[in-house]
Amino acid sequence: MAEQDWKTNRGVFAAVSLPTLLWVLLFFLIPMAIVWLYSFGENRGLTEIAISGTLDNYKRATEWLYLTIFGKSFAVAALVTLICLIVGFPVAMAITFASEKWRPWLLLGIMLPFWTNLLIRTYALMMLLGTQGFANKGLGVLWEGASWMKALVGLQPLPTWEPVELLFNNFAVVFGLVYVHLPFMVLPLYAALDRLDRSLIEASLDLGAGHFRTIMRIVVPLAAPGIVAGVMITLIPALGAYLTPDLMGGTDSQMIANVIERQFKKANDWPFGATLSFLLIYAMFILIALQSMRRKVPEAH
Amino acid sequence: MALFARTPRAPLEYSRTLWMRLWVGAVMVFLYAPLVVLMIFSFNDSKRNVVWRGFTTKYYEKALGNDQLVEALVNSLTIAALATLASLVLGTLAAVMLWRFRFPWKGAIDGTISLPIIVPEICLGVAFLMFFAAIGWPNDLVWPFNLGAITIAHITFCFPFVTMVVRSRLASFNREQEEAAKDLGASEWQVFRDVLIPHMKPALVAGALLSFTLSLDDFVITYFTSGPDTITFPVKVYSMVRFSVTPEVNAASTLLIILTVVLTFVALKAQGVKAIAETH
Repeated sequence: MAEQDWKTNRGVFAAVSLPTLLWVLLFFLIPMAIVWLYSFGENRGLTEIAISGTLDNYKRATEWLYLTIFGKSFAVAALVTLICLIVGFPVAMAITFASEKWRPWLLLGIMLPFWTNLLIRTYALMMLLGTQGFANKGLGVLWEGASWMKALVGLQPLPTWEPVELLFNNFAVVFGLVYVHLPFMVLPLYAALDRLDRSLIEASLDLGAGHFRTIMRIVVPLAAPGIVAGVMITLIPALGAYLTPDLMGGTDSQMIANVIERQFKKANDWPFGATLSFLLIYAMFILIALQSMRRKVPEAH
Repeated sequence: MALFARTPRAPLEYSRTLWMRLWVGAVMVFLYAPLVVLMIFSFNDSKRNVVWRGFTTKYYEKALGNDQLVEALVNSLTIAALATLASLVLGTLAAVMLWRFRFPWKGAIDGTISLPIIVPEICLGVAFLMFFAAIGWPNDLVWPFNLGAITIAHITFCFPFVTMVVRSRLASFNREQEEAAKDLGASEWQVFRDVLIPHMKPALVAGALLSFTLSLDDFVITYFTSGPDTITFPVKVYSMVRFSVTPEVNAASTLLIILTVVLTFVALKAQGVKAIAETH
């Protein structure tokens, strides 16, 4: 039995559709429309905003300063996604091929951080990376070890260890975003790998391909939809990340979301903030359009 | 020594190779070490977080005695409960609509319902800030009505997840069961209550859990919709982290982590790990 035409049962259709449709219209589409309208507005006085149809905000968004911030956000998000993919792929493989006994626990191990509060995870990382944190102490121990080794072979020992600033710079932002987004990448990868027909891998191995070659030529192409899904699920939130660059970044690691926030909370330039928000949304749409184009290509054959 | 395999390894047992194990182990350390350190240092008898100075629970007393923090936590839990309830209803209705009916503009409506998942949090936060300012939403209501704006915002981004989960569960429903129930004289409501809901139950549990954690977790959207009297737990922790890092934050965080772990295990009991993993 297929889907029912809505006209055959108008009463039930109204009961299931009206609440959702009204909600989406009132509390999603209208707020979005307001942002869109404001992006064509200008400030007149302190609290007054006139929607004058001006394109000045969009012109301002193409200034070099904002273009570099957009470019930088893309670069950071892409780098984070790449690192997550490289780190996450073997983990997803390991979960897929783990024994029945271990698999649920490994999955749980990846999912638990995913359920844990983002702010708490960011804060935990900040504690660890601070100048007095364990990461610095660990590096200090290594440094002293190296110094001792050099002295042992008769070389000049290294100067005393100065704690490095691991926080409040671009490194911290990338590190923090990888930390936060890794589970986003592993779960879709696992879902894709789990559906894989294992006999194909066995066939490849039997026919003489090595493990690495089998992974690159058989597993990766077959798991491509899952890889693309994982990339999108990681890339999109990383691009719009606010908390990590705000708390862990320095003055030069601002991403788009931080600039948007500043327009509303500090600069009080709502129209320009609205413009930047919509440019970010357009960027997401382009990414998703690219993905769905990719998906359609194999079906055409 | 489970690390070194004794029985010969079959070709596909990738997870038994040594480098795979080391890799997974390193990733787990990476994911958990910061959280474990945070939890351990919540018991540290020192104002600064750096050196271990002995065991104490005084920061828990301090955190639980901090009225603002407790109020923020109560606000967060209230919002999460309300948003979960509303998201369950709306999300399930939307899923049933999309699964059962054929109607004009279906593709567009389907896409619009899942849009809040894709739109960046910051844009959604900005949209709610402008929306509530534009319609002049009153911000001097008494508790719990002053949480209305935040709850509305949370429902908007939570219910599409419920729709997604419930819909994938409905795909495995045999429509003949519905027909049979109707043939035997059940009304639409009875079919929904006695046939569809029992089938959807695992998805409803997963969806509820997902909504609850998403709502409890949200900082950015709440940051834009909350007023001075409607502080939620993440917003409060954020301002504490910004101003000073104290073991009090660790204590409060530890409590929330424990709550998360307990919730996850409740869900596991209800569902099994695999079913929950598939919802993501």
